[in-house]
Amino acid sequence: MKKGTKAREGVVQGRAISRGVAEGEAMVSKDAISFFGGVDPKTGIIIDKGHALEGKCISGKVLIFPRGKGSTVGSYVLLQLAKNNRAPVAIINEEAEPIIAVGAIIARIPMVDKLERNAYSRIKGGMRISVDGTSGTAGIKE
Amino acid sequence: MQLTKEQQLMLNGESGEAARQSMEILCALGKIYGAKDMVPITSAQVAGVSYKTIGEAGLEYLQDFARAGARVRIPTFLNPAGMDREQWEKLRVPAAFAKKQLAILSAFSKMGISSTCTCTPYLVGIRPKLGEHIAWSESSAISFANSVLGARTNREGGPSALAAAVCGCTPNYGLHLDENRVANLLVQVETPLKGMSDFGALGAYVGEASKGKVPAFLGVKSASEDKLKSLGASMAAWGSTAIYFMKGITPEWKVEDGAEEIKFGAKELAQMREKMAGEGKPDIIAIGCPHASLDEIREVAEKVKGKKLGCQLWVCTARKTKEAADKAGFTVAIEAAGGNVVADTCMVVCPLEEMGITHAACNSGKAAKYLTNMFKRKVVYGDVEDIILCK
Repeated sequence: MKKGTKAREGVVQGRAISRGVAEGEAMVSKDAISFFGGVDPKTGIIIDKGHALEGKCISGKVLIFPRGKGSTVGSYVLLQLAKNNRAPVAIINEEAEPIIAVGAIIARIPMVDKLERNAYSRIKGGMRISVDGTSGTAGIKE
Repeated sequence: MQLTKEQQLMLNGESGEAARQSMEILCALGKIYGAKDMVPITSAQVAGVSYKTIGEAGLEYLQDFARAGARVRIPTFLNPAGMDREQWEKLRVPAAFAKKQLAILSAFSKMGISSTCTCTPYLVGIRPKLGEHIAWSESSAISFANSVLGARTNREGGPSALAAAVCGCTPNYGLHLDENRVANLLVQVETPLKGMSDFGALGAYVGEASKGKVPAFLGVKSASEDKLKSLGASMAAWGSTAIYFMKGITPEWKVEDGAEEIKFGAKELAQMREKMAGEGKPDIIAIGCPHASLDEIREVAEKVKGKKLGCQLWVCTARKTKEAADKAGFTVAIEAAGGNVVADTCMVVCPLEEMGITHAACNSGKAAKYLTNMFKRKVVYGDVEDIILCK
């Protein structure tokens, strides 16, 4: 990475899934997430036994995970989290599937997927990440 | 994705917030599945209706969505709800559950959706024709529409079917396209199939064996619509089959060159029935999965006439079919024997456990799968005449 172009180079194109803009600290899960039964809608804590993020609170984070899984009711759980102010501020998936995509849209959580230049795997927990779900980009500050 | 001018205006919010959000959902799904454009649809069927399934989260979503001005543009039916709207007290559904269920139905009704709650829209007023595009979401209805009627639908989720109903279109991918309506698993049926439960067993066997492939059946000489409905429901429950072909019976028949071949003979039938069936005295005999046709209700009425049942009996059906059964005297005959004709709901989506039921008998491969999971105990499985007077 050349000096002076760092901020610009940190912006990566992906696909726009759910519109809106947000920024926050990355929380990265290597496992897929089932929101129905896997996340407590009141607290935002992952309750899935044996999950990589078990016991961690996803509220206010930019949540980075490969994809959704489990019941389609998971879409509604994302909405409940948002209503309780316990939702992640943005979502980046490796590759979106309908449960998380629909959930993010109805909960108004900005979401992108399929980031170019292998950016998904470069994101580490604690990095500042911005997501623009309208243009389909993510800003990564390493 | 290529949107028409009207679709683009919807996405921009010119038709209100609910339509905007719906179009955003359809566009996101279109991107995920690689659709080039939207296809207009003639009807929708929305799942995620029972409070048992969608819970508080779903109820709140539907209420918000109705408040945001969501209105459907095309005829739209609902999947079975968690209870019979008229008989819930008599059938001992807990009042707290009933209150939530009625709130869900009221939210749907505000959106202009018919209060018809059924997995058989094609028996009670929405019967799409060959080549018609639709967005349905109950798995057995999807199978019947694609396979028996030759209509075209993907397996929609509750919110995506609702979004399609609000926008009048759905992303054009999957089973909407000719190229995906091709079988790649040939099933040679080499044993006669007698009653409904044999078709359910065939569906269970092929559902498990198909692993996502599209089956095409050879060797079935005739099959009533009721039996095809049972076969498709069972395949969708034991696998996730959304379309099948049957030589000489379904309107479409297209098989890939070099498709894998399997056979279903007397041995496979016996093994599958053995796998599905349990023993013991059931608390309930559950008929009507998918929802019973008038013919099926007649059969039950004839079998129980003048007899006293040893346990509860539910014949689940659409409200309009029940009204026909009421008129024909079938409901009275079933009630006289101690059974019920139940509308709007079914054994799979109503809170049976909360009603003290722990063991069931059924004639449906789909119900056998779900009730066995629910009760952690294999159902008594057979045709109506085998199970109706269970001791």
